[in-house]
This record gives sequence, structure tokens and C-alpha cells, in this order.
Amino acid sequence: MFFPISHTQINPIYLVVIGFLIGVLGGFFGVGGSFIAGPALRAVGMDWNFAVGTDLAHIVGKSVVAAKRHRALGNVDLRLGLIMAIGTIAGSEVGAQLIQVFKRAGNVNFVVSAVSIVLYLGISIFMICESWKTLAAAKRRKRAGKSSPSHGKADESAFTHMTEAIHRWRIPPMITLPVSGVTISLWLIMFVAFIGGLFSGFLGGGAGYIRMPSMVYILGVPTHLAVGTDLFEIIISASYGTFTHAIKGNVDILIALVMHTGAAIGAQLGAISTQYFAGPKIRLAFVPLPLIGAAIVIYTLLTGHKL
Amino acid sequence: MRGNMARPGKKQVRQTLQAFVAELIVYSLFVIIYFFAVLHFLGQWLVQLEIQHIRTYAVVAILLIIGQAVILEAVTTGLMRFLRRGRSE
Repeated sequence: MFFPISHTQINPIYLVVIGFLIGVLGGFFGVGGSFIAGPALRAVGMDWNFAVGTDLAHIVGKSVVAAKRHRALGNVDLRLGLIMAIGTIAGSEVGAQLIQVFKRAGNVNFVVSAVSIVLYLGISIFMICESWKTLAAAKRRKRAGKSSPSHGKADESAFTHMTEAIHRWRIPPMITLPVSGVTISLWLIMFVAFIGGLFSGFLGGGAGYIRMPSMVYILGVPTHLAVGTDLFEIIISASYGTFTHAIKGNVDILIALVMHTGAAIGAQLGAISTQYFAGPKIRLAFVPLPLIGAAIVIYTLLTGHKL
Repeated sequence: MRGNMARPGKKQVRQTLQAFVAELIVYSLFVIIYFFAVLHFLGQWLVQLEIQHIRTYAVVAILLIIGQAVILEAVTTGLMRFLRRGRSE
């Protein structure tokens, strides 16, 4: 099928299948999946600028479906999502400006690649340690005959002490989030959102790989709520990104619409699947995602081929 | 942190999967019709819009993807409900 906006010839079934896979990942983990969509679109000959812009448009649609499903399951904190959207947009603008600075210095590819590898590996190692510790503690409690909250939507973390220490910084104004069950400084929420946006603008995509863990470990939001709220927040920030890319001529909406037909059903499947897993298990299953991202960047650095 | 939730049984998981497969078949038919009908008619108009009015194109692009998301979500939810009702009767 020929797509006249980006002048690309792509099999629509390929787009639907890729959309479906990213939809499942997005619905389950609350990530945009750009680390798969970008290379997948590049692999069929799409220009990099179109791959980034079109992927963002498709993320908007997929996040609407997954966030609606998560909302029906009670997994979305609207208040937190709206506050975070402001910080994310500001962060993504700063991230995009940083890219321009490194472009002018002539070392943008090396800096972006190095930052991504360190970040992706760091998140993976931290999440492996934390989820492993949490699950081991739950097993020990089970063996000792004590009840464990480690099933269904119940959540626990081996780093609760770290989250509690962060929450002791009571810098006004303090915001109460009844849905998430936390009272926290507005500045902390903005900081987490800003960092997520910064990496989104700097490395591309929705940066769910950093925002979802940050919401759990820094803001103390339960994992299921972090996934749903992240998706809701992505609708706003990715819509903004789609608009800015579209006016630069980087969005082929026809490709995004075709991809989204697969993503719509995948996102629902992913969102429903979260019901069957406890928070630490979702976090442990999340670990391969940043590792795939790191592998793609290392491959690009070593071979010079952009996936 | 939130309270406990009962873990669904194997039977429930199997029923959900069965509903999903049935939904996938009906959904695929909808998508094929969609490709040949909607995209065929929208294609040329969107290409012209992108060339002549890029800002309008940007707004239309966001509205289209959100609109499609809302419609597809309603279709899949409706299908799931219909299939569940069919099974219980």
C-alpha cells in the first residue's frame, strides 16, 4: 500500500501487527513503545523524521484506548495526570533545545547514545534489584505463614523507605491525591514530570520507561495507577508533540491510523492483563524494555546503521 | 497502597481468551472494511490538506487519531459485551 504523505510503500498488515505489539506493551506497562515503533518504521524505509512524528500520532490514539480501559478498571489518577502534563511539556521543550545545543557542538549522536545507554541500563538494574527483593520478601512472608499483599492490584516495594524519605520533603504547596493515596509536594510531581519530559524531548518517544518507575519509586503511586495515569498523561504530551511535528511536515497520519487499528485491540488486551499480575511482577516484566532500547542504541553505535 | 483483589480462576482466564479470539475475528473484518472504505476516501483530501494548510492538517491529524481511538474502543467494548451476553444465554 502506498502512503502518499510520506511517499512510503508499506504493507498495512505489517503496520497492524507492529501496532498490536506496541499496543499490548503500552496497555500493560504504560509506555509509548517508541523504541520499537521507530526502528520498525525505519526498517521499511521510512525517513527518521516521519518515523518519529508518525509514531507520536499513533501513541496518542493507543494511549486514549488504553487509558479509557485503565480508567474503567480504576487505574487513572486524573488530577496527578493533569499536573504532570504541564511539567512534561515544559521538560520536552528543554530537551528539544538541548538537542539543538549538542547539534551545534557537532556531537549530538554520541551524547544522545551515551545518555540512553546509561539511563536504560541504570533503570533495568535498579528495577531488577527492587522487584527481586520485593518478590523474595513476599515469598519469605508466605513461607512464614504471614499474609502477603503481593497479588491482584496490591502493591509493595522493597524501596518503600526511600519513597518515605523523599515524601518527608514537605515543600509547599502540598497536593493531596486521594486516588493514589498520597500527599506530596507539587514541586516533586513537577520534577518527576519535567525529567520525563526532558528525556522525551532529548531521546524521543514518550519516555514512559523513566516516568512509570519514577511515579512508583519517587511519588509512591501504586504500580497499576502509575501505568494508567502515565497513559492518560501521554495523551496530552503526545498530542502536543504530534502537533509540533505535524506543522514541521513530519506526520503521516494515514500510517498512524492504520497502525492504530492494531494498537487499539493490543492496548485493551495489555490493560486487561494488568489485573492478573501484582505490582512487583509488572515491574520485573518491565525490565527487558529498557534493555531492548539499550541494545538498539549499542547496535547503532557499533555498526553505524540506524535501526 | 491499595487493598487486595481476588485472583481470577483458570476458567475465567480461558473465557476471557475465548472472548478475545472471537472479538479479534469480528474486529479484523471491521478493519478490512475500514481500510478499503475510509482510508481510500480520506487519503487524497489529507494529502492536499498537508500541502496547502499544514496547521489545519496538524489539528485534523490529532482529531482523527483521537476520534478513531474513541470509536474503536467503543466497538471493541461493544463486541466484548455482545459476546459475553451471547455466551451467558
